[in-house]
Amino acid sequence: MIKIEKRNDVPMALYFFTPFIAIILTILGGGIIFYILGFNPIEALKFYFITPVSNLYGLSELLLKATPLCLIAIGLSFCFKSNNWNIGAEGQLTFGAIVGGGVALLFYNQEGFHILPLVILAGAIGGMIFALIPAILKTYFNTNEILVSLMLVYVSKLLLDYLVVGPWSNPEGFNFPETRQFSDSSRMPLLFEGLRIHAGIFLALGAVMLSWFILYKTYLGFQIKVSGLSLKTAKYAGFKGKTMILVVFMISGACAGLAGVGEITGPIGQLHRMISPDYGFTAIIVAFLGRLNPFGIIFASLVVALTYLGAETAQIFLQIPKYTGQVFQGMILFFLLASDYLLFFKVKNLNLKKNDLRH
Amino acid sequence: MTLDISFIGILIGSIMASSVPLILAASGELITERSGVLNLGVEGMMIIGAISGFALMVITDNLFIAIVGSMLSGVIISLIFGFLTQSLLTNHVATGLALTIFGIGLSAMLGKNFVGIPGKEFPILFSSLRESIPFFGPILFGHSIVLYFAFALPFLTNYFLKKTKLGLVVRAVGDSPVSASNQGINVIIVRYCCILYGGAMCGLAGAYLSLIYTPQWIENMTAGRGWIALALVVFATWSPIKVLIGALIFGGITILQLHMQAIGFRIPVQFLSALPYLMTIIVLVVISRDSRKIKLNTPTSLGRIFYKEK
Repeated sequence: MIKIEKRNDVPMALYFFTPFIAIILTILGGGIIFYILGFNPIEALKFYFITPVSNLYGLSELLLKATPLCLIAIGLSFCFKSNNWNIGAEGQLTFGAIVGGGVALLFYNQEGFHILPLVILAGAIGGMIFALIPAILKTYFNTNEILVSLMLVYVSKLLLDYLVVGPWSNPEGFNFPETRQFSDSSRMPLLFEGLRIHAGIFLALGAVMLSWFILYKTYLGFQIKVSGLSLKTAKYAGFKGKTMILVVFMISGACAGLAGVGEITGPIGQLHRMISPDYGFTAIIVAFLGRLNPFGIIFASLVVALTYLGAETAQIFLQIPKYTGQVFQGMILFFLLASDYLLFFKVKNLNLKKNDLRH
Repeated sequence: MTLDISFIGILIGSIMASSVPLILAASGELITERSGVLNLGVEGMMIIGAISGFALMVITDNLFIAIVGSMLSGVIISLIFGFLTQSLLTNHVATGLALTIFGIGLSAMLGKNFVGIPGKEFPILFSSLRESIPFFGPILFGHSIVLYFAFALPFLTNYFLKKTKLGLVVRAVGDSPVSASNQGINVIIVRYCCILYGGAMCGLAGAYLSLIYTPQWIENMTAGRGWIALALVVFATWSPIKVLIGALIFGGITILQLHMQAIGFRIPVQFLSALPYLMTIIVLVVISRDSRKIKLNTPTSLGRIFYKEK
């Protein structure tokens, strides 16, 4: 007989170990799917996870894709830690890109050192304002933030669509759904000649350090963690719940906005319809896989960025659609959530051994 | 452009056709949510239904097998969600998102060899009546059997929830799982059933798209309809009849937008497309302001994990 029992405390080592189990299971699961589809699983997995990062260009692409994922996930960790379910980071990213891109377009024919900081700031503020909508509705009208933030994703994407085909479309662009190219002063400086990796990575690293400091060294971070563990305790301790909800959403939105502005001023250089391959949604997986821990999130963003990159490589070498990256992303989250069962429950063997009776 | 009476009839007919996937998916999700489970995987289950329906049609050349198979595939994919949330007690929101992401990826992978294959014509009922009656013909006749089923479904769902004992069980489980459990109801089994039913309906909604509405397979062809269906359940404040009305409004917006594009109307089409989402947010604000109203309308335990110490 076995019995399943609730654990009283979660062992820390297991807490940070299960993400690795999830990754291994995902790779195995991916191999099985490739086998069923008629590919040699070892070879397919090699194209997916090793080929893309076996040269310098690939590594730069990996960091390029990990940057927005890391930034957004850092922001989301504030929301998730305090039990606020902001799942609309994709919308905050888009709106941040719209506001930042708008500022960049104002300066499209000018150069100057002041332009890029202004564009970045505008992007962060844009994301922040957009995240405030579900936060204010939650605090003052008691609405469900999951549904509101999700609905707003589509609103912001449609707004972007309207702007790039309508008022902001490039007057010399033959009616393509895109804006003018930004001037060089609104572009993130490249770190190495010939590679696409840009200065936005420092924004992500800065966010990691800052979030670690806020979460583990300040009173605000303490409040966030306590509210996440027990709302009743937080209320009893007299924490201002409403202010805290607004603050975590603002942090989260600002990070997503920065990610958006990093994309358009980095690799893209203008606004068009497809500024993000659902980074905002995938970052939710990153936040979970990183255990909402700033340094865990760095690691997780690299893993998930590899699934994007692997899908692109596999598309070229195996002629499979690049959506396959999402199969891996979905599986990672499935296995991670499933392995959490081990954290909160333990399996107890009730079979008595002979010796047990003597005591 | 003249707005004669027969044109309006055809217009209403096409609005009805475009609202079918929304009605099916939202009715399924409504039952799931009424049992207290929030499944954000609607889009993923729909797209899996779409590809499996289309693939089965191509392989077996039998539309009946295709339709049943799409529902079964919806059941299978929702079983992943059910097992994780009900047996392993995972978070509903995260699991549902994973299901959508996984479903979109898997459908593209499975559908690789089906891109560009022409679909088969789906039989329509009463096609002679459609032509002979001027206004009501195109509205009432000449549709596929799935459309008639979809329009009956909200009424059946309403009857099930309000008048049958099983419906009461589902509502009890959603509103107060603890007391339901104390009454001897197996909460987990009821929720499993509701999740699988939701999966079947989403699968059918997807198959409607790939077999009837636009008979072909295109990657990501559900194009956000799953999210609209999810919004629709909230918009309808968890009431089946309002789901039907909401689906016609949301479906109407889609059709209107196509016609307005055609005649070059001044309102940007993106604004019209955003309307369902904005309207849902407004409805949410209105029902959530009053704590009594939200208690009356929302399944109280929606999205919460139920765990019973054995």
